[in-house]
Amino acid sequence: MVNYKNHSEKLQKLKSGELSLEDNVKFFLSEIDKNKKLNAFNFVFSDFALEQAKTVQGKIKNNTNGKLAGMVVAIKDVLSLKDKPTACSSKILKDYIAVYTSTAVQKLIDEDAIIIGKTNCDEFAMGSSNENSAFGAVLNPVDNQRVPGGSSGGSAVAVAAGLCDVSLGTDTGGSIRQPASFCGVYGLKPTYSRVSRYGLTAFASSFDSIGPFSHSVEDAAKVLEVISGKDEKDSTSLNVEVPNYSAELTNIDKKYKIGIPKEYFGEGLNEEIKKAIEDVVAKLKSSGFEIVDINLPHNEYTIATYYILTTAEASSNLARYDGARYGFRSNDAATLLDMYNNSRSEGFGKEVKRRIMLGTYVLSAGYYDAYYKKAQKARRLIKNDFDLAFKNVDLIIAPASPTLPFKIGEKSEDPLEMYLGDIYTTSANLAGIPGISVPVANSEEGLPIGMQILANQFDELKLLKTSYFIQNEILKNN
Amino acid sequence: MNSKYEVVIGLEVHAQLLTETKAFCGCSTKFGNPPNSNVCPVCLGQPGVLPVLNKKVIEYTMLMGFATNCKIKERSVFARKNYFYPDMPKGYQITQYEEPICEHGYIDIEFKDGSKKRLGITRIHIEEDAGKSIHDQAYETLVDVNRCGVPLMEIVSEPDMRSPEEAVLYLTKIKQFVQYLGICDGNMEEGSLRCDANISIRLKGETKLGTKTEIKNMNSFKNVEKALQYEIERQIDLIEDGVKIVQETLLWDADLNMSAPMRSKEEAHDYRYFPEPDLMPVIVSESWKAEAKKKMPELPDLRRERFITEFSLPKYDADILTQSKPVADYFEEVIKYTKEYKTASNWVMGDVLKTLNELKIDITEFSISAENLGKLINLIGNGTISGKIAKEVFPDMLEGNKDPEIVIKEKNLVQISDTSAIEKIIDEILKANEKEVNEYLEGKEKVFGFFVGKTMRETKGKANPKIVNDILRSKLDGLK
Repeated sequence: MVNYKNHSEKLQKLKSGELSLEDNVKFFLSEIDKNKKLNAFNFVFSDFALEQAKTVQGKIKNNTNGKLAGMVVAIKDVLSLKDKPTACSSKILKDYIAVYTSTAVQKLIDEDAIIIGKTNCDEFAMGSSNENSAFGAVLNPVDNQRVPGGSSGGSAVAVAAGLCDVSLGTDTGGSIRQPASFCGVYGLKPTYSRVSRYGLTAFASSFDSIGPFSHSVEDAAKVLEVISGKDEKDSTSLNVEVPNYSAELTNIDKKYKIGIPKEYFGEGLNEEIKKAIEDVVAKLKSSGFEIVDINLPHNEYTIATYYILTTAEASSNLARYDGARYGFRSNDAATLLDMYNNSRSEGFGKEVKRRIMLGTYVLSAGYYDAYYKKAQKARRLIKNDFDLAFKNVDLIIAPASPTLPFKIGEKSEDPLEMYLGDIYTTSANLAGIPGISVPVANSEEGLPIGMQILANQFDELKLLKTSYFIQNEILKNN
Repeated sequence: MNSKYEVVIGLEVHAQLLTETKAFCGCSTKFGNPPNSNVCPVCLGQPGVLPVLNKKVIEYTMLMGFATNCKIKERSVFARKNYFYPDMPKGYQITQYEEPICEHGYIDIEFKDGSKKRLGITRIHIEEDAGKSIHDQAYETLVDVNRCGVPLMEIVSEPDMRSPEEAVLYLTKIKQFVQYLGICDGNMEEGSLRCDANISIRLKGETKLGTKTEIKNMNSFKNVEKALQYEIERQIDLIEDGVKIVQETLLWDADLNMSAPMRSKEEAHDYRYFPEPDLMPVIVSESWKAEAKKKMPELPDLRRERFITEFSLPKYDADILTQSKPVADYFEEVIKYTKEYKTASNWVMGDVLKTLNELKIDITEFSISAENLGKLINLIGNGTISGKIAKEVFPDMLEGNKDPEIVIKEKNLVQISDTSAIEKIIDEILKANEKEVNEYLEGKEKVFGFFVGKTMRETKGKANPKIVNDILRSKLDGLK
């Protein structure tokens, strides 16, 4: 039923009448139903999606359709869509209905994309395996014993398992790139401030970015050009011109200079992943790309810095879930303090509580300077490393994850080991730069391997062009 | 106060800014709307919302910074102050902490004897107000979020005040400034201007500060004075008894005329301040500063000087008239209609302010228009009525801003300036009071007043007093 490579092809088929949008949406709905055990969706909007399909089909017929007409999109359950639930995979917001629509989702709708449902994720986007969800763990479609990665695991699976065309995820420390690599799809994390965060339930405000999962680089480019841009409702979004990514994608007029940071290929990196990436790098080199070794000397501080700053912001961002106005309120509370304590103790999951406590600790009087302030300084040093590197190179290539998709339950009892899995992805969020995970190979067992490409701020076009080149020139020949 | 001791006071004043919309969203700040009607997803703290700074808030605070001689910082940073309370939807308050917008200012206060003192201002910063919890229900607490996100400006003084009197003078000046700048209505009773005090006692000559306490909930100038006086006495008594002062927060109870400590649980806060990641630092460019400066109105000290030089008013008059901006504005309106500046000043300082006091209203609610008051003053000046008659006309004008000319006509109060008519009355009075005439002729000057009184009584006060004087003098002296 899905006989198109990307959205442009789909739109042509819809225009020519070869494909019916209603049938297409029905097909996805039945696929979602058939793959329920993957647990990719928290909420499916069957009627809403079919209704949209009818409207959009009409627009296509009249040639009044938007850029993304008929693209069936699943959105991560941390993004608001008015009158629909936004649970953030948490018990504390299980019955919460959003009262407004997030800017990114509104922009998709304005271009006639069809929102089919909300995908499972780690609770409040905190996690790297999608096991921390009040809606249950999400399974990797390639091997159901394994995790899909996180926190946007449901979004990655929804695309990988063919339950929608494209999905939106959010990336605070790798939450798009790592699940994309675990599930074998493209996952793009834009520059911080490129896409409005309005309507994205905040985990760590100075790190959170919204981006797409897709089967093709073309679709990632199309979605990015729609959701990007300055938004008056988000003071941190920047007014930087948005290129016509999808049109310029194919036009590689120069072969970029690519840096390979030796810190990202040392101890702890799975050999198969290392080899797969080296393989691609060698082919890029033979295609004319210049490959150079670079250093990111402060890399060893990324995990510590990341977990201090993000938990600090999270401890404050999650204070609003207190049982007073909306969301879960404990029945067992005699006093105001009890209401706060019990609602939050019962409403939040273990990992979220762990991070709130960590964050509260690092912001406490007497510890603020030693942790938060120091981490801010370290963040600046890490960013300086990248600034310096990008003076010399256009792109940086690195693994997206040190390991292949691991078994469900394998790391869930050891949070530190889980955190260390973010070693190659958190730096982009600390520096605010864009990154993409490109599915480049499969392991001997058949597990997906992703390769990460990083670029300087607002250089998404370089990421997309190079990914497109890899997709069409390098992987084609495999 | 025991003269061994010196008191040290610093004030923190919160002023609610008169912007049309809230500090970080587009909701109205209008007071008195139904509970929870001035709200949107942003000020309700819904998941995923973000604050957007209202530029007016910066502008207003800059004006206060100029007025208090502060340094306006090129870069200031918002921070989050984290604590839980049901009327604070986000679980944190957006404020400024390490990098406020204004620093290092001062204001000069003036004592009754004309001497002056300079009081330092540590900082002025911007923050958002919380909502209101209403506890007076039988068993529930209700929350009104309308006030949530209304912009506040906090003005923090140096510990420079040495008496409750100085504190009140400081506060008076702050109130005067915010009203002159039009950035806050300055109403302490309604809570748009709030004051907390830090206070400590030390032996005279000591340079180290004593342990301070903080007093909250003083909602009028009188309460500030009373609460500070109470606290000074309390602290001195403790010190005299050899008891150590405990650093704590006290709440003033205006009904009981005493303060009591807040429960310690409520003040044992660690606010975990950190920079607000949802807002960019505020950058005030030189051109923005210059633009704001153009909007500076004339401040009270300058206006007072102008009243003295331009309208030849005594310093006493100028002081009172410029105390409050609306009163000064009213006075300047009145003198658009009359050139009798001193008479106008007497009327505004006297009958007008007295009436406002009696009716407990603000001058902006005063019924008599500046035009009609000006007219009344002109009617005295041109001799149509006497000052005394004017006092009778004034209460009638209060009823629906009645035109004084109409009141005079209706009540037939026009002054008698017809010489022959007055002469006739005086002749009769002289005839009927031969004894007093003789006394006058014998040199008893005092009796002259008796004849004036008689004449005025006879004419029901309408006779032109100057003409009465002239005729009486010439007639009586003619008999000599």
